[in-house]
Amino acid sequence: MIRFDNVSKTYPRQTAPALRDVSLEVERGEFVFLVGSSGSGKSTFLRLLLREERCSTGTVHVLGKDLGRLSNWKVPQVRRQLGTVFQDFRLLPNKTVGENVAFAMEVIGESRGKIRKTVPEVLDLVGLGGKEERMPGELSGGEQQRVAIARAFVNRPMLLIADEPTGNLDPDTSVGIMKLLDRINRTGTTVVMATHDAQIVDQMRKRVIELEKGRLVRDQTRGVYGYQN
Amino acid sequence: MRAHFVLSEIGVGLRRNLTMTFAVIVSVALSLALLGGSLLANQQVNSMKDFWYDKVQVSIFLCNENDADNAPQCARGAVTEDQKEEILGELESMQLVDEVYQESAAEAYDRYQEQQEGQPIAAVVTPDQMQESFRVKLVDPEKYDVVATAFAGRDGVYSVEDQRAQLENLFALLNGVNYAALGLMALMLVVALLLIVNTVRVSAFSRRRETGIMRLVGASSFYIQMPFILEAAIAGLLGGLFACVLLVGVKYFAINNFLAQEIPLINFIGWDAVISVLPFVLAVGALMPSVAAFFALRKYLKV
Repeated sequence: MIRFDNVSKTYPRQTAPALRDVSLEVERGEFVFLVGSSGSGKSTFLRLLLREERCSTGTVHVLGKDLGRLSNWKVPQVRRQLGTVFQDFRLLPNKTVGENVAFAMEVIGESRGKIRKTVPEVLDLVGLGGKEERMPGELSGGEQQRVAIARAFVNRPMLLIADEPTGNLDPDTSVGIMKLLDRINRTGTTVVMATHDAQIVDQMRKRVIELEKGRLVRDQTRGVYGYQN
Repeated sequence: MRAHFVLSEIGVGLRRNLTMTFAVIVSVALSLALLGGSLLANQQVNSMKDFWYDKVQVSIFLCNENDADNAPQCARGAVTEDQKEEILGELESMQLVDEVYQESAAEAYDRYQEQQEGQPIAAVVTPDQMQESFRVKLVDPEKYDVVATAFAGRDGVYSVEDQRAQLENLFALLNGVNYAALGLMALMLVVALLLIVNTVRVSAFSRRRETGIMRLVGASSFYIQMPFILEAAIAGLLGGLFACVLLVGVKYFAINNFLAQEIPLINFIGWDAVISVLPFVLAVGALMPSVAAFFALRKYLKV
């Protein structure tokens, strides 16, 4: 599903690399927490997965594709098989909940019939059945994140990438979001989630990958958060 | 690709950037109107050249009694019948000469009165002041020199004039005006292009959230760029339409209803010439901004 081989990334005009010689593999269907303090390289790791950046040395394989060698015009094809969720939800404020989810299908050219059928199903799945016509601004933070997850999941991605999805949410709401991500994981979707939420990591007991100053310092199955912020 | 989706995106983009869109439309309209105008002016000059070169003649003016006293080249007196016949005979034997027309002083006087009708000078001039002349039409108007060298300075000849020389001045002036219009057009075009690039940049910036999401869910770069390019194309097309309206307006009001009546001597370009330029203006209007937008997006819209 994901394979990093001796991956380093140095941004232009910077001397210290953001990632140093990272090698790891994530299998299909795994749930992986990515932890580490700010600046440890978590975001760079996710950006490499999304091919928003290319690595400086080493190779990144996602869904069997060598992202370093992938030509620009093929990148969208790979991204269609990835879902992404962010701390700040990134919903379109002038579109309804349903339109926000439908947007992800429209831009890849799905038929109107399929969109009309799929959007309510996915909203039901994330627990927002019947809220299609609401605007994102009318929803709570937790509900907005559910919309974002619905949008990420609506095209049935093989891999869901979540960058601190609970970062803006209170603990109770976070638990709900985690249950949802866990449920999505159980459908066979691989989930990679960067987080600072120690409680969640300790509760879930999933694989934990820890980065520190760009180095992979821990890779633990059924791991814990393991360090103090 | 779903047309409905793309169209709604374009609508949002154009409305959000209304003032910039307006600026683009106006600058495109002006530059294209100048482009079409200079193309038409060029056609006008060419058709005038054809029309006039066909009519121009080499004129051999002959000395009259009046000149015999005043002009040095007529010091030997007014032209005699023998001299006239000799000149006529030589002209008619020249291969270069197509037609010769002899204009008497009386005819010259009539024509002068006609041309200067209403002017004070017309009343002062008398028939005996006018010169007799041969109006020579050449097979090839460029060969004026042959006639000039053959007859200039001969007894009884006042002067040999090539009417083409007078027209050349007019055409040089018209060409100058045309170049000025083209230069102005180039400048306006640069302004229009800069405006388009800027508009696209603002548009891309104000929709970076949408485009960011489109990118993440795997929309192709073509799909992401399409609304921006079409937006520029629509603004350009509107500008092109305005330019067409301007051109048609100039043809109708300035040429048909004013110039053509004031200056009946000139045959002005017809509607067919104007109409044949319009599709070109529209095509440039739609294509130029699209291409500009395409290149601007490569810089401002990372995909």
